[in-house]
Amino acid sequence: MKYTSQAVAKPYFIFALILLAGEIIFGLLMGIQYIWGDFLFPLIPFNVLRMVHTNLLIVLLLFGFMGATYYLVPEETETELWSPKLAMITFWVFVVAGVLTILGYLFVPYAQLTELTFNNLLPTMGREFLEQPLPTKVGIVLVVLSYLLNVTMTVIKGRKTVITTVLLTGLLGLAVFFLFAFYVPDNLIMDKFFWWFTVHLWVEATWELILGAILAFVLIKVTGVDREHIDKWLYLIIAMTMVSGILGTGHHFFYMGAPEYWLWIGSISSAVEPLPFLLMILFAFTMSRERKIKHDNEMALTWAKGTAVMGFLGAGVWGFFHTLAPVNMYTHGTQLTAAHGHLSFYGAYVMIIFTMISYAMPILRGRPHGNCAKAQKVELVSFWMMNIGMLGLTLALSAAGVVQIMDQRVGTHLIGFMESQESINGIYMVRAAFGVLVFTGLLTYFYSFFVKEPAKA
Amino acid sequence: MTERITKSMAKNIYYGGGTFALLIFIALTFDTVHQIPKRSNQQNMTESVVAGKKLWEKNDCVGCHTIVGEGAYYAPELMNVFQRRGASDETTFKAYMQGWMAAQPLSTPNRRKMPQFHLTPAEVDNLSDFLIWTSKINANEWPPTIEG
Repeated sequence: MKYTSQAVAKPYFIFALILLAGEIIFGLLMGIQYIWGDFLFPLIPFNVLRMVHTNLLIVLLLFGFMGATYYLVPEETETELWSPKLAMITFWVFVVAGVLTILGYLFVPYAQLTELTFNNLLPTMGREFLEQPLPTKVGIVLVVLSYLLNVTMTVIKGRKTVITTVLLTGLLGLAVFFLFAFYVPDNLIMDKFFWWFTVHLWVEATWELILGAILAFVLIKVTGVDREHIDKWLYLIIAMTMVSGILGTGHHFFYMGAPEYWLWIGSISSAVEPLPFLLMILFAFTMSRERKIKHDNEMALTWAKGTAVMGFLGAGVWGFFHTLAPVNMYTHGTQLTAAHGHLSFYGAYVMIIFTMISYAMPILRGRPHGNCAKAQKVELVSFWMMNIGMLGLTLALSAAGVVQIMDQRVGTHLIGFMESQESINGIYMVRAAFGVLVFTGLLTYFYSFFVKEPAKA
Repeated sequence: MTERITKSMAKNIYYGGGTFALLIFIALTFDTVHQIPKRSNQQNMTESVVAGKKLWEKNDCVGCHTIVGEGAYYAPELMNVFQRRGASDETTFKAYMQGWMAAQPLSTPNRRKMPQFHLTPAEVDNLSDFLIWTSKINANEWPPTIEG
């Protein structure tokens, strides 16, 4: 560790991983409820399981991004963090707000929660992924502002690099687009239209900048490739992201009440959306081939390459499957969307956090050369377990989506939703089994942290 | 391919392309905001429809159902439930909704369960009005069939 203030990243990483475990547990519970509708009902209805599952994901990614930023910014700017104290205060505020929100979801009926948290003053609740009570949403804004302030001040006083500029742009975008979470017009269609400004422009634009910056940082560290070269790749990737991703928002506007021209604009732009991810694969593998050093922490590079590949599959390939308007007519609102959602969030965002943790955590724990060979071997096993688990789960959900479309939307003998879902039950069992594999993989990953280092000779 | 592209070229594509895309997006946003009231028949958005939307949010209906194709995929699409369960007749649909909401949760073993929300008959009517209004939105011919 070159700068002492980088140590603030550690609690962020640990908490992100704890939340990830929670997220997967709730995912498994949903997977079981999908098969046996009476499971946990009426104790925890499906919608509550789902909001805990998705909200934990969003919050764990934010913790991961923050940890990654606090680790890389001092090294990039070659100066200590502006205020490590503020970073720690922010950490605890976010932890308390996050935990209280989850407990609120679990122990207070949602309708009552809206009343207790002043939702009638400014209604923002009850929308997918943005279920958080008003005080939590305000809390998120404060946390993000404090984070942005800390990073900006550090960048101002230190060295400016392409990585810090791209990262800051991404963070600024994250902050600005979250503000649309507070705008809820009475007209459902207008509401949905602006809802995507937060949801899409986070995951398919601004977060990709953050992802690109973190990936570039880790690749510089573990390959020793010239920074000029890395910068060029980073610019190329984010250029393609912006060109395709912003107008790509249009692929959500096909069949929700927005005008017809989105059918064309959305289809064309989002057909380009796999490109930045394809470039990420080329980037990771080219840098790996041209590497100047052989870092002892081989897992960090493995995760980096894995992120590029799985991100491409999840966001690029699975996104492309249903992004053309004539196809989306049939796939809109089916399990295919869920399949794409799972693999893209895991491949692009959860894995970039694994990449960063895998690189930074050993250093934060006083192991500048990475973990010992045995720990890395365990980590590699967990890498494959989680990847295979996620791929299997995604394939199962895709199969479920196809059956659903055939049952409800294609052909002459159509059956209803509930009947169709019953016919898919076997596939949902396969899905749940792969979910268990992912969770076992995560536990294996956790175990790799506790493998004892061999005594120094 | 990438050998011929320099860092400054890549940088220019990022700033130039990004700005260009953003400007088009903003322009189209203005146009869309202008068109949505007509496409969604905003003039028919009565107080009851708005109250129905608030109930929809307050009870997190989107946590299980989809509406206009968005939401969770655990329970049926509701944009065309007016046609599916009400045969596009307001009186039939409203009567159906009163009975349906009162009967939850159904006792069929291991069927996916909808909780009992304890809505008043007036509130159920609000919800029906909201769903009827939603069913008439111009969503480019979506959903493709009555099964949603």
